[in-house]
Amino acid sequence: MIITKLKDIDEIYEMIKPYSKILIAGCDGCCQPPRSINEAKVLGQMLELKSKMNGKNLTWKAITVLRQCDDRIAGTTVRPYIDEYKAIVSLACGLGVSMLNRIFEDTLTFPAQDSMFGASENHGDNLYEQYCDTCGECLLGETAGICPVASCAKGLHNGPCGGQVDGFCEVGGYKYPCAWIQIYERLKKFNRLDLYNKFRPPKDYRLMTSPGHLELIQEYTNAIEEKEEEK
Amino acid sequence: MGDRPAFSDLMKEIKTGKFIFTGELEPTKMVDISEIIHSAEAMKEYVVAANVTDGPQGMAYVNSLIPSYLVQEKVGLETVYQMTVRDRNRIALFGDILAAACVGIKNVLALTGDHSALGDNPGAKPVFDLDSTQFVYQLSKMIDENTDVYGNEIETGKVEMNVGIAANPNASPREAEILKVGRKVAVGADYIQTQTAFDIDDAKDFIKELSRYNCPILLGLFPLKNYGIASYFDKYIPGVSVPKDLLKSLKSAKKSIKDKKERNKKVDEINLEFFVPFIREIKKSTQAAGIHCMAVHYERLFEPLLKEFR
Repeated sequence: MIITKLKDIDEIYEMIKPYSKILIAGCDGCCQPPRSINEAKVLGQMLELKSKMNGKNLTWKAITVLRQCDDRIAGTTVRPYIDEYKAIVSLACGLGVSMLNRIFEDTLTFPAQDSMFGASENHGDNLYEQYCDTCGECLLGETAGICPVASCAKGLHNGPCGGQVDGFCEVGGYKYPCAWIQIYERLKKFNRLDLYNKFRPPKDYRLMTSPGHLELIQEYTNAIEEKEEEK
Repeated sequence: MGDRPAFSDLMKEIKTGKFIFTGELEPTKMVDISEIIHSAEAMKEYVVAANVTDGPQGMAYVNSLIPSYLVQEKVGLETVYQMTVRDRNRIALFGDILAAACVGIKNVLALTGDHSALGDNPGAKPVFDLDSTQFVYQLSKMIDENTDVYGNEIETGKVEMNVGIAANPNASPREAEILKVGRKVAVGADYIQTQTAFDIDDAKDFIKELSRYNCPILLGLFPLKNYGIASYFDKYIPGVSVPKDLLKSLKSAKKSIKDKKERNKKVDEINLEFFVPFIREIKKSTQAAGIHCMAVHYERLFEPLLKEFR
């Protein structure tokens, strides 16, 4: 899921100020905390109030989309309203905002949120945590399942650095655990310090460079062709 | 330690087996570096080389290369060019090492660097393209094989440098630190300069554990110029605690002696009482190659501190 944070109402208002009629689109996808129809309505009310305070009238409608990052779902849900509204405010993560802008080329979609990170839900500790940074070259087999790219503040491949104190990280005031000490302790538990001692050479950051692309159909077709050639 | 020759005077001195000293210079937000030059002149007689720091605590300071070069040129004191991987990717690190080699720098200390979020430009994008171990690997490629990490050759001339690394005697759990140092030594470190130690038993144990790598160790010590510095160090430098008695005597010197000269004399005495026996013990009962004395802006202590060890 994607962890998001609602922008300040003033910032959202500044974006939609030039428009008198807006569509507010919630997202029922993986965005956390949830930003669905109710949140869209509340945002509409707040923006209306804000407009009134500035001597303007704002007409708005709130809807929600099953998943804004899917072009088919987002397209079918939003299309019926698109001619009537001058702008869209999206309550999805950046993926949803971008998708709506791409599908509806003649309407601007504005973000109501800042997208923070892709997270796993840790019910035990009541936390959302970033366990993976989608770096394109999985190291978890060497690090006892704890990712240093995502969980080390410096993304070190051969940590820890000198900034850890008693297993806590210098970034954030020694509040968060040092990923490399966690890796060390877990590898030690399994008698696998051979993996800790291993030198990991410089990473190939081409694998992590944005924008990311995966052409599904192409790959699928190539795979079939290769198989047929083998035959 | 591999077969890399001793390119620097520091490395040559270490190889003689003499118990040696290195100092430290900390350029800050400055264009006029005469203060650094004066400090280097003041310590020149007592140390084999001086480290030049690279934006400690994540601060935006003058790049350490130029002060490293100017100290060598103007003072004739060899420098240890400290480089962190915080602000430069592998291309920039490579370029800076070549530049350093162009102007005759012979020592580089490969460091991770404090995170940029801790410094005075906290919103800066932290780089960490390489970590300090990978940087040592890059340096080995450059020095031993005359190439970058991808095997592209350096066209003219050779990088002739010795590579230092850091180690933290205050780290806990200790084993994680010791093994990490081993990883760095294995990819091509020539010597170790440690963070500051205040506990003699801890320091001795640490040196003993590191000695398995057969890589010369310079133990870091930080003489305390005044109570303010001591208490800042104690409170804000992670993992370091200044012994309570030492703090107490410095505090009482600050409070009870009004005359600056007299107070300085007392502070020097306190430092000498603590550090002379400390160094004596390290020299006598460990395999340490020497002391990395981080007496930044406190060069007057070098003479009395080091006289019996020279």
